[in-house]
Amino acid sequence: MNLVSLARLIAVWHARNLEFVRDRGTLIFTLLVPVAMVIGMSFVFGGKERPLFKVGVLAAQVDHEAHPFLGERFVDFVAMPDEAAAIHKVARHDLDLLIDVRPPARYWVNPSSPKGYIIEKLLLEADRDAHRQPVSGEAVRYVDWLFPGVLGMNLMFSCLFGVGYVVLRYRKTGFLKRLHATPLSAFEFLSAQVLSRLTLTVVVTTVLYAGIASIIHFQNAGSLWLLAMLLVLGSLSMIALGLTIAARFSSEELVGGLLNLLTWPMMLLSGIWFSLEGSPQWVQWIAQIFPLTHLLDAARAVMLDGAGVAAISKDLAYLAVTAVAFLAFGAWSFRWRVE
Amino acid sequence: MSAALLEVHNLVKKYPAVTAVDGVSLAVPEGICFGLLGPNGAGKTTTIEIMEGILGASSGEVRYRGEPLGQRFKEETGILFQKTALQDFLTVRQSLALFRGLYAKGLAVDEVVKLCALEKLESRDSRKLSGGQLQRLLLAIALVNDPTLLFLDEPTTGLDPQARRNFWELVQSIKARNKTILLTTHYMEEAELLCDEIAIMDRGRIIAQGPPRRLLREHFAEVLLELPRQEFPEAARQLPLRLIEASDRVEITTDDLDGTLRVLMDARVPLTDLRIRPPNLEDLFLELTGKELRA
Repeated sequence: MNLVSLARLIAVWHARNLEFVRDRGTLIFTLLVPVAMVIGMSFVFGGKERPLFKVGVLAAQVDHEAHPFLGERFVDFVAMPDEAAAIHKVARHDLDLLIDVRPPARYWVNPSSPKGYIIEKLLLEADRDAHRQPVSGEAVRYVDWLFPGVLGMNLMFSCLFGVGYVVLRYRKTGFLKRLHATPLSAFEFLSAQVLSRLTLTVVVTTVLYAGIASIIHFQNAGSLWLLAMLLVLGSLSMIALGLTIAARFSSEELVGGLLNLLTWPMMLLSGIWFSLEGSPQWVQWIAQIFPLTHLLDAARAVMLDGAGVAAISKDLAYLAVTAVAFLAFGAWSFRWRVE
Repeated sequence: MSAALLEVHNLVKKYPAVTAVDGVSLAVPEGICFGLLGPNGAGKTTTIEIMEGILGASSGEVRYRGEPLGQRFKEETGILFQKTALQDFLTVRQSLALFRGLYAKGLAVDEVVKLCALEKLESRDSRKLSGGQLQRLLLAIALVNDPTLLFLDEPTTGLDPQARRNFWELVQSIKARNKTILLTTHYMEEAELLCDEIAIMDRGRIIAQGPPRRLLREHFAEVLLELPRQEFPEAARQLPLRLIEASDRVEITTDDLDGTLRVLMDARVPLTDLRIRPPNLEDLFLELTGKELRA
């Protein structure tokens, strides 16, 4: 068993950083794509509300027979077991209205929400005696909600493909085989790759955060230090996930396919573009498998709602545990050369 | 002879369809250049990669300074593989610094640069080096830890004749620093020039081993006559001569040059393109296997 040498680790980390920084095409692509995407999205979706009415129902399940209003068409009724969380969503315009159908029926609506105004009229048509509970709060712009998603998506691609293809290239060209002839251990090599990609991801994401936030006039509601911790843990988890794919295989087609197999479900189900609220429960369970889901849920809680460590502790723990588990699996299954 | 630095005992490497190494045993004494000679596919690279600790053997063992290969072996050996790519976008100096950083002890980067005549290439991207320049850089990387034992696997394959000669000079200067070198090659000229001892491999086995001159003395008479094959009459093949047939020529070894020439003239064999030369390792390989070394 080799002892871990910091000098060897730093030598490989430094060389990988030089390689990335000098690859101008990749560097520019990494920086420009998310900026262009957020600016584009802000034009497309800026200021517009989502077309569907979304009404929260204070219950574990929505029973459409429980109240005449729950039979309305073109309204998405979503079960909300947690009253405080649901009221907060009304305040942020995430829900157009919240109703508790248990007699006497009560409802919460934000007077500054245009859709809340209309859906309230529909409710009162169905039940004139429902008690109004006004809620105040500013709407979350779609571009603000999208911002963490785009940063997370960029981070996911950078971590998975950046590490996956780089290690695959090293193996195919024989560079890994040459490193294997030195005292460098697999753990040192993998750790250097993780730390190098982590350094680059933190720097690039920080630059993007500052740049995009100034363009879309975004104000972070929470702690920047907490966001930084999320960035580090989220990156570690996804870099290590990329290493599990790159650790063993030598076929570009296979590695590309496996990386796509990981990224596309995350693109669709981790909440980059839209919230999964209201989608079937099994879809939400699947989404919870992905590190990106936990990263985005926690980042949005911090950035939009000012959540603290306690509120996102489960997400932090999930990211930390998966990072360690993926890295251990990657080191175990690592191959220096094409078999 | 000094004690063996590296020893191989009954090495076997089997793949599903082929046995690449079939019971190889050899010992490399300290301070010499040991050549593993053979045609493509003979099992040289597989054997050397097992000796380097890169590839596992199906059976048999490799010992360095009498011990199984371990961390000390990696710290004290340098390797130049047949094919190696370096990290993209790094200069010659940065590539050397990377590998220097992987060893606890070694030479200063400046010293290795000077040793391998890389002074004018230090700041060049390693991807923009010519074949000969890249081989010099790879040799410099193999030397960066000031190794006791240096593996060179077909180091001049693909180089032009000038680059090959420059590389040989470099290896000779490294030999002069009292390094032990294990070299594989299919160029007999390279082996004759650089190696103190050789082992000839064919089909995964060692078929002859010893100092090149001793092996030649053991297998050949004094001189070798060489004639173009198409000009050698079929009837002359029945003459009482020691014939070796290559693809393009017929070789005759003899210690009685006058008598042999008389026999050939009597048989009316055309002697216009006759060459008389001392035998070399390529002839030895042909003699031992009936095949040419570069086949």
